[in-house]
Amino acid sequence: MALLDVRGLSRRFGGLQAVRDLSFSVGEREIVALIGPNGAGKTTVFSLLSGFLAPDSGDVHLGGQSIVGRKPHAVCALGLARTFQIVRPFPKLTVLENVLIGALVRHPHRRDAEAHARGVLDEVGLAGKASQPAGTLTLSERKRLELSRALATEPRLLLLDEVMAGLNSTEVERTLDLVRAINARGIAVLLIEHVMRAVMSLASRIVVLNYGERIAEGRPDEIASDRRVIEAYLGEPDVDAAVP
Amino acid sequence: MKWAGALAVLGLLALPLALSSYALTIFIFIFFYAFLGQAWNIVGGYAGQLSAGHAAFVGIGGYTAAMLSIEHGVTPWIGMFAGAVLAGLLGALIGFLGFRFGLRGFYFVLLTVAFAEVCRILVSNIDAVGGALGLYITFTGNPRHFQFQDQRAYYYIAFALMLFATGVAALIERRRFGMYLRAIREDETAAEAAGVDAFRYKMLAMVVSSSLTGLGGSFYAFYLFSLQPSTVFGIPLSVEIIIRPIIGGAGTLVGPILGSFILTPLGELSRHYLGQSGLHGAHLVAYGLLLIAVVLFLPNGAYPWLRARLARAGRAT
Repeated sequence: MALLDVRGLSRRFGGLQAVRDLSFSVGEREIVALIGPNGAGKTTVFSLLSGFLAPDSGDVHLGGQSIVGRKPHAVCALGLARTFQIVRPFPKLTVLENVLIGALVRHPHRRDAEAHARGVLDEVGLAGKASQPAGTLTLSERKRLELSRALATEPRLLLLDEVMAGLNSTEVERTLDLVRAINARGIAVLLIEHVMRAVMSLASRIVVLNYGERIAEGRPDEIASDRRVIEAYLGEPDVDAAVP
Repeated sequence: MKWAGALAVLGLLALPLALSSYALTIFIFIFFYAFLGQAWNIVGGYAGQLSAGHAAFVGIGGYTAAMLSIEHGVTPWIGMFAGAVLAGLLGALIGFLGFRFGLRGFYFVLLTVAFAEVCRILVSNIDAVGGALGLYITFTGNPRHFQFQDQRAYYYIAFALMLFATGVAALIERRRFGMYLRAIREDETAAEAAGVDAFRYKMLAMVVSSSLTGLGGSFYAFYLFSLQPSTVFGIPLSVEIIIRPIIGGAGTLVGPILGSFILTPLGELSRHYLGQSGLHGAHLVAYGLLLIAVVLFLPNGAYPWLRARLARAGRAT
């Protein structure tokens, strides 16, 4: 059985069907990308998976256990950690303390948690900033801090919401390496990303959403040539308008 | 810092030898309000849940101990813990309603004020607990009744209360509990994503804070020999409780103590001197001006500012 199994997930906001009958899975140690045009419902899917929103219908299993209806902290304890698209550091806490909050989930004693948090900061390359308040970091550092805090909870599945948006190409490369290294440690990754270079080089499978529905799923090369995907991003070819 | 703390404790232990009875009274109030501020600090400062109705817990604690003593002859030394338990239960109720239904910011403030007001109005209208006139405690000077001939006894009790609340806050601060409270204050959603059970820890903070505050109610009752609903449940007392940690530095251990050392003498002296010359309520003007100054110039409070100054001076030498 897959690590994450999503079946028939739906969620409506008033008149808007944000997610409709969505099913997909993420295997152990797999990297899967969730892509789609703006407003396709990707972030809503993340909120549904991580317990911040309750679905109207459908089921989500993590490691064979249903996680629907559980609160975010309980989902986190079961091994699913998320980042936020708009990063949410604890601005007045130091970088180390930010990561420590995540580490305390599995290490209730502060000393153990601190050792673990320092390990995570080393891994992501923020060790030099450990005692700085998080509010003083640059955007790219804050994105890495966001990832570190989630990573410190020692998840089995990491949900990354546009961790590369707004980064320059060197920073994107660095983040790609980091995600690969995290994955190599046995952590599965589900990522929302608009940076296609990242998606194509990282993901073994891609799920494409449009208007809350899955319109395609497959290997990166299949998705890149899928007519429905191209239409969703660029619009349907309008024959009349194309004629001068 | 540890050194300075130990020295200050020793100094304050010896101080009553050199104080007039008026100065002693001021110090008793400094310690007592620092104690209440520190108790509030746990939920209001560290966890950032701005309770503006903490007077309710003082009232519940005080009335419980006083009623047990007057009606049933139970010594306040036991009654004060009964008061703390009841205050903790009221705190749990308010916390449950506020946190379960996700009241944040101003809505939580309003909820806490409303509860304190309801308590005040209820107690004012129940004749069995003295109604609007309140309760009066006969002075016996018997230590069993939490009463002392010597003012210095109250000084040391208030001092012990302040140290006790500060000890509790210190224990919380350095543990997971304290880290979680700070994370909740900074960004509750992010904290939940990082595995923090925000509801549970906010409830715990509220219960610890309200029961500590309830403990203080007994001291209030048996030091002043009287309880009036309008004073112990009133908004002015809630303001007195909140304003010290905010001026001194909310969410720090030293903040409520420093705040009380600044504000209590200021309040007392301005009440004493300006009140005598007919300017009643002038201390409130002083509070207001000080609060405006702190919000404008030291938004984190006096202690964090002082600490930063000291650290800079330390580096310069």
